[in-house]
Amino acid sequence: MDDPIARAPIARIIPCDHPMSKAGNMADYESGAAAAAPPPGVTRTALFLGFLKIGLLGFGGVAPWARHVIVEERRWLSEKEYAAILGIGQVLPGPNTMNAAVMIGDRFHGAPGAMLALLAMMAMPLVILVVLASLYASFATVPDVRIAVEAAASAAAGLVIGTAVKMAVKLKPTRLALLVGLLAFAAVGLARLPLLPTVIVLALLSVAGAVWERRA
Amino acid sequence: MKDDLLLQMAVAFATLSLVSIGGANAVVPELHRQVVDQLGWMDGATFTQLFAIAQVAPGPNVLVVSLIGWHMAGPAGLAVATTAIMLPSSVLAFAAGRLVARWSHTRWIEIAKAGLVPVAVGLILASGVVMAQAADHDALGVMITVAAAGFIVLSDRNPLWALATATAVGVACFRLGLSA
Repeated sequence: MDDPIARAPIARIIPCDHPMSKAGNMADYESGAAAAAPPPGVTRTALFLGFLKIGLLGFGGVAPWARHVIVEERRWLSEKEYAAILGIGQVLPGPNTMNAAVMIGDRFHGAPGAMLALLAMMAMPLVILVVLASLYASFATVPDVRIAVEAAASAAAGLVIGTAVKMAVKLKPTRLALLVGLLAFAAVGLARLPLLPTVIVLALLSVAGAVWERRA
Repeated sequence: MKDDLLLQMAVAFATLSLVSIGGANAVVPELHRQVVDQLGWMDGATFTQLFAIAQVAPGPNVLVVSLIGWHMAGPAGLAVATTAIMLPSSVLAFAAGRLVARWSHTRWIEIAKAGLVPVAVGLILASGVVMAQAADHDALGVMITVAAAGFIVLSDRNPLWALATATAVGVACFRLGLSA
C-alpha cells in the first residue's frame, strides 16, 4: 500500500501553479510567510503542527482556516492546487476538509502522513468539544456567553463566505466556471435542493462544459 | 445492552459516513431523521443543542456525531461514533487521492478537476450563507457576517482577528443596550 512507486506520482496531483509565480497580489507578500518558492518538502512535524492549528482554530467550520494555513501561511499548496484537492474532497462523502487533510497528508508522507494529518486535525476539536459539552449546561445561562457565542457564529459564517469569494477571485474563473459556481451556490444555498443529486448533476455538467470549453 | 447501542451507533454512523457527500451541512437532516425520528435516541431539542455546541467548537461540524456518541454512551460512545463517521469516508478519500494521482498525467483528470473546482467553491459559498441564515438573528449579526467576509477577502491576516473582534463588538453592543 505504501510503496514509493505508488506514492511518487502524488507530487503531481495538480500541475504546479503557485500564486507566487503569478502576478499575485501584494497581500501575498505582506503576509510575511517568507516570500519564497513553496517548500520542497513538508516534514512530518510541520504537517502535524499545521493540521493541529487548523483543527484548533477551526471555530464554526474548518474551511477558512485550512485555506489560510495551507495556502497563505505555510504555502504548502497553491490556490489552484488547494482548490482542486478541495474539489475532489467535495464530491466524495465526508467533510471536504477532512478528505483534503487525508489527501494532503498522503501527498507529503504517504499513508502515515494521511493518518497524521487526520489525527492532528481532529485531536484538539474533540477535546474542546467534550469540555464545552460538559460545561455548556452551566454557562449557557450567562448572557455574555450566549451573546459571545452568537456573535462568533455570525462571524464564522462571514469567514466561510469570505473564503469562497476570495478563492473565486484568485482562481480567475472562466465565464463557464463562474456560472457553474453560482449555480451550485444558488441550488444548495438559496433553493436548498438536496445536496447529493445537485452535486452529481452539476459536477457532470461542469466537466462536460470543461470538455466543450477545451475543444472550442 | 450498551454493546448493542455501540454496535447500532457504529453501523448507523459508518453508513452515514459513506453517503455524506457535502459534509456536515448535507448530513444534518439525515442525522436528525435517524437519531431523533427513527432510533429515538433523543428529542429534537437535545439534538439542536448538541449541534449548536458542535458548531461553536472548532473542527468540522460533522463532529456533532461524536457529541451524540458522548451524549449516548460516554467516552466509549465518543470513540465509536468518531471512528465510524471518520474512517469510511477517509479511506475512500485516500483511495480516490491515489487514483487521481496515478492518472494525473491524463487529460481527463485535468478536465475533471477543472470541472469540480467551481462546484466546490460554489458549495462553500452556499454553506456560508446557510450558516449565516441560522446564526444572524438581527441587523448586528448580519453586519458582523458581512464585516468578517470583507476581512477575509481584503486581508491575509489571521481570521482569529475577525472572530475576536466580532465577539467583543457583540458583547459591547449587548452591554450598551444596542442589541438584545
